[in-house]
Amino acid sequence: MNDLGELYQQVILDHNRNPRNFKRLESANRRAEGNNPLCGDRIQLFVQLDGDTIRDIGFQMPQGSGCAISKASASLMTDAVKGKPVKDAETMFEAFREMLAGGANAPGKLAAFSGVRAFPSRIKCANLAWHALHAALQNRAEPVTTESAKDF
Amino acid sequence: MLDTARIRPDFPILTKKENGSRLVYLDNAATSQKPRKVIDAIVHYYSFHNANVHRGAYALAVEATDAYEAARTAVARFVNAWTREGVVFTRGTTESINLVAASWGRANVGRGDTVVVTAMDHHSNIVPWQILCQEKGATLRMVEITEDGRIDLSDFGRALEAKPKIVAFPYVSNSLGTVNPAAQLNRLAHAAGAVTVVDGAQSSPHLRVDVQAIDSDFYALSGHKMLAPMGSGALIAKPALLDAMPPYHGGGEMIERVWDDHSSWNKIPHKFEGGTPNVEAAVGLGAAIAYLEQLGLDNVSAHEQELARLTIERLSQIEGVTVFGPREHRAGVVPFTYGDIHPHDLATILDKDGVCIRAGHHCTQPLMRRLGVAATARASFYIYNDVDDVDALVTAVRKAGELFGVLAS
Repeated sequence: MNDLGELYQQVILDHNRNPRNFKRLESANRRAEGNNPLCGDRIQLFVQLDGDTIRDIGFQMPQGSGCAISKASASLMTDAVKGKPVKDAETMFEAFREMLAGGANAPGKLAAFSGVRAFPSRIKCANLAWHALHAALQNRAEPVTTESAKDF
Repeated sequence: MLDTARIRPDFPILTKKENGSRLVYLDNAATSQKPRKVIDAIVHYYSFHNANVHRGAYALAVEATDAYEAARTAVARFVNAWTREGVVFTRGTTESINLVAASWGRANVGRGDTVVVTAMDHHSNIVPWQILCQEKGATLRMVEITEDGRIDLSDFGRALEAKPKIVAFPYVSNSLGTVNPAAQLNRLAHAAGAVTVVDGAQSSPHLRVDVQAIDSDFYALSGHKMLAPMGSGALIAKPALLDAMPPYHGGGEMIERVWDDHSSWNKIPHKFEGGTPNVEAAVGLGAAIAYLEQLGLDNVSAHEQELARLTIERLSQIEGVTVFGPREHRAGVVPFTYGDIHPHDLATILDKDGVCIRAGHHCTQPLMRRLGVAATARASFYIYNDVDDVDALVTAVRKAGELFGVLAS
């Protein structure tokens, strides 16, 4: 149960059960969709950018899709980047990705996902929301998929 | 029930520990494990008989050809094919269906025609028909399923009113475990003038198949789900249909004579086997069939159905578990969800106890939409699974519930 406890830390179970910012954002001026075609998981991300600041952010996972890892990751991500400059969000994305690739823990609550490293089949779940955020901030129209991004 | 204590030692991989636990392999609908006899047959072929087939003038090449053709005879007997010439070796079910779509389909389906599939088909029996219909300006009609996961026969009847050129369906659903009334569906489709394509990926490993009795025009199977190597498979067809069809892949072996600007075709089945075939896979498939025939396919079915019945009974006792699929006429496939735990999380938690199940859409996205779920967890049984495996599954599922503090939905 040890590894499992590392993977499903309380903060992850909590954010899975009660995801924050779990809403469609009508005021969004950036949107992105992320797909994991292998499992059918989908995330829709809504970002309200105010200049260089992420004023508000929300996400939805249609029709019960989204495992605990992908949902909690999206929830914690939205909490972490809300109110922050785009530059900081991109830095967090880098840190998060590095952590999952075996690097140092990401700052703050994002470190809760360090246990995912021991479960290679779940890394894409943790990354999905971040790639969607990256796409939204880059204002890319194409949906991102876990199979197209090189660094998923 | 089968004597699993005697069967399990035949499978080297089952001695492996998974995360420190006994390997409980319950993803047989995805692929089966391989017995020593199949592995040995491949090693033996390469050690003693390897040469290119159908072209050597020396004894070794004759041995290789004999081994390859003996496997064809074994497949023909296994499914009671019309003739052994009606058995085309392919890479598996997917290639078999694509062969029919690209050859019979392209030659016979035109603008305004209809092709019928069902909502419980695997993507491999949907997408080739979508491609064909898009190319030809034909219509793809998907037959609905009933609430309990069977083909809706009244909708099937309505679909046949369009006089479709092709009717495709799975003998056994990989996502629901439903055993479809193949003989009845073929009879109805034939009465409407259609040619039928039966996806046999999930029936061939698990039940006695008689393609003449069900009267399928085309029947596709994969070796790797029935103890044989990956990349082995066959298309079993009525010889007259194959005779009239244009080739699929051009190349060596499939020709009779080649001139500068055109060619004539070899006889069936060779017309559809361009290039050097996967002889190793065919030999392995032959050995797998021998193994299954020794057990008896009726015994295999009964064994799996009993394990599935027990699993459904025990999982249903857990509050929050939903089991999908019909109550009767089902194979050893148990799809389920557990409260609000996503199937991927379930699979990860079960894996920690050495229990391998599949989580996801199982290559049946249209079906998942109809079930109203994004994914299910799926346990699927085979000849080496036993009651201990069912216990391990149920125990691990309960553990997942404790970890997640499951909310019964």
